[in-house]
Amino acid sequence: MSTTTAGPAGPSNATGLPAAPFLGAKRRPLEAVIKALLIISAMLSIAITFGIIAALIRPVIDFFGEIPFSTFFSNDQQFGVLPLVVGTLMVTVIALVVAVPLGLGAAMYLSEYASRRARKVLKPTVELLAGVPSVVYGFFALTFVTPALLQGLLNLEIGFTNALAAGLVLGVMIIPTIASLAEDALSAVPQAMRQGSLAMGANRMQTTVRVVLPAAISGVAAAIVLGMSRAIGETMIVALAAGAQKNSSLDIFEGHQTMTGFMAQTAGGENPVGSLEYNTLFAVGMLLFLITLVLNMISISIVRRFRQAY
Amino acid sequence: MANPPATATTSVDKPIVGSLSEVHADADRPLPAHPVTTVMEARDLNVFYGDFHAVHDVNLAYGRNEITAMIGPSGCGKSTVLRCLNRMNDLVTGARVEGQVLYHDQDIYAKGVDPIAVRTHIGMVFQKPNPFPKSIYDNIAYGPRVTGMKVDSMDDLVEEALRGAALWDEVKDKLKQSAYGLSGGQQQRLCIARTIATKPDVILMDEPCSALDPIATARVEDLMIDLRKDYTIIVVTHNMQQAARVSDRTAFFTARPDETTGNRTGLLVEYDLTSKIFSNPGDKRTEDYISGRFG
Repeated sequence: MSTTTAGPAGPSNATGLPAAPFLGAKRRPLEAVIKALLIISAMLSIAITFGIIAALIRPVIDFFGEIPFSTFFSNDQQFGVLPLVVGTLMVTVIALVVAVPLGLGAAMYLSEYASRRARKVLKPTVELLAGVPSVVYGFFALTFVTPALLQGLLNLEIGFTNALAAGLVLGVMIIPTIASLAEDALSAVPQAMRQGSLAMGANRMQTTVRVVLPAAISGVAAAIVLGMSRAIGETMIVALAAGAQKNSSLDIFEGHQTMTGFMAQTAGGENPVGSLEYNTLFAVGMLLFLITLVLNMISISIVRRFRQAY
Repeated sequence: MANPPATATTSVDKPIVGSLSEVHADADRPLPAHPVTTVMEARDLNVFYGDFHAVHDVNLAYGRNEITAMIGPSGCGKSTVLRCLNRMNDLVTGARVEGQVLYHDQDIYAKGVDPIAVRTHIGMVFQKPNPFPKSIYDNIAYGPRVTGMKVDSMDDLVEEALRGAALWDEVKDKLKQSAYGLSGGQQQRLCIARTIATKPDVILMDEPCSALDPIATARVEDLMIDLRKDYTIIVVTHNMQQAARVSDRTAFFTARPDETTGNRTGLLVEYDLTSKIFSNPGDKRTEDYISGRFG
């Protein structure tokens, strides 16, 4: 052992002080591999999104080469998209009218009122509903809601296919999405917030509506937006229950083809690739994509504006 | 078990020195040995969480316009006792309270008592500042609004509450801004302002300074002494210096392990004037704790 003063990284010396630990960089090859894998998986979803847009663009350009915008955004019986947009929006609005109050009500009950045991049973049950295939819901609308409920029980003068039944069942379908996500958002609000409110002499409903819900508003709004996107994009229920007539009236008792319903019908296989009818599919698809994109952007900005961070 | 004589309620066995106003006018606050007017009182209070016996036979009387500190090691049940005083323990699943908690001679655990009504008279400030995710103004206005208080001018009430909590000058220009823009100490004073806006009788404070830095702590302590004029304050603190600085009376709790289960049950050891507890405690366990020899 050397008796001279050791360098900073040298072994312990005669002064009896412990050696300075080695602080140099160490190679961690696995770290780099994992980082690369994570980057790839993050990039993949972006790449797929752009891939979808790219795949849509070519047929859309071809379509608008033959059909002018003015015809597309009109009530034109063959190429007008307006009746489809009306149908989609009607069905979606009916669905939201059903699903938002019921979904939020369920979420508030589960998060704020239910005992721990009740929640343990109810929440998975609600989530189970989200797993029912939409074709089952479609048949439920077609063979039960319209004939038994709307025509039979309520005695409504209603078509065999109609927007009301489709919207109602669509609403039922998205309740679990809204309820489950909104419940997560409400439950994530710190307990201290509730205690603070209750300690002020507020009751449970006031606490839930005036403190917990505003605190969770961004999560709750996200739940509603996701439910809405599912309703707009849902195909089977509307294809079965809302009918295949283009209809730009606002009568919910009549059948209304939606954008997705139209696409399902047109994609049936009779139209050769590259034909005008085939390209119509892509034009409608692009519009649907843009509508959901705009709706999502609007709701994100609303959430930003009203967000109450905690 | 220690059941100190000072827990006697309104029955005072020593002559009361002067009226309360005179007592408070004096800088050194020569308080009578027992609370002159009892606002709240715990009688044979036992608290259970499920099978766990958390607090055993606490008898404690809280005097009007006094600051009562409850101190003791972790797990001694002091916070549990505090949460019983405005029925916040109702929110804990499995919590059960035996005995009585008297507020103006009414048992707040009696049948037919509305815990919400109890809490409008007995406010609470928590360990961590918990302002609502609303503007400063709406944080103050929340209590009066939800309790349906008759208010001539909400603006005046908000100003009064913020002045009462010594926060007005710092926030008067940003009442509409989020309460989350405030510092931790300001947030805690906002929570105190929020509590006094509903004009309670008693303010419970659960370690109100434990999340604050020393400067913010000093401001809250000054505020507590100011508020004593109008309110009865009961404070749980881990900080013995704080108890010594602000409180008029101190209750010392400790935890006693059960011989069979090992569960620690909280109990009251000694309750007396703060000056006496910190200079000449009557119980060995108190002395050990305040002198830092607690095992």
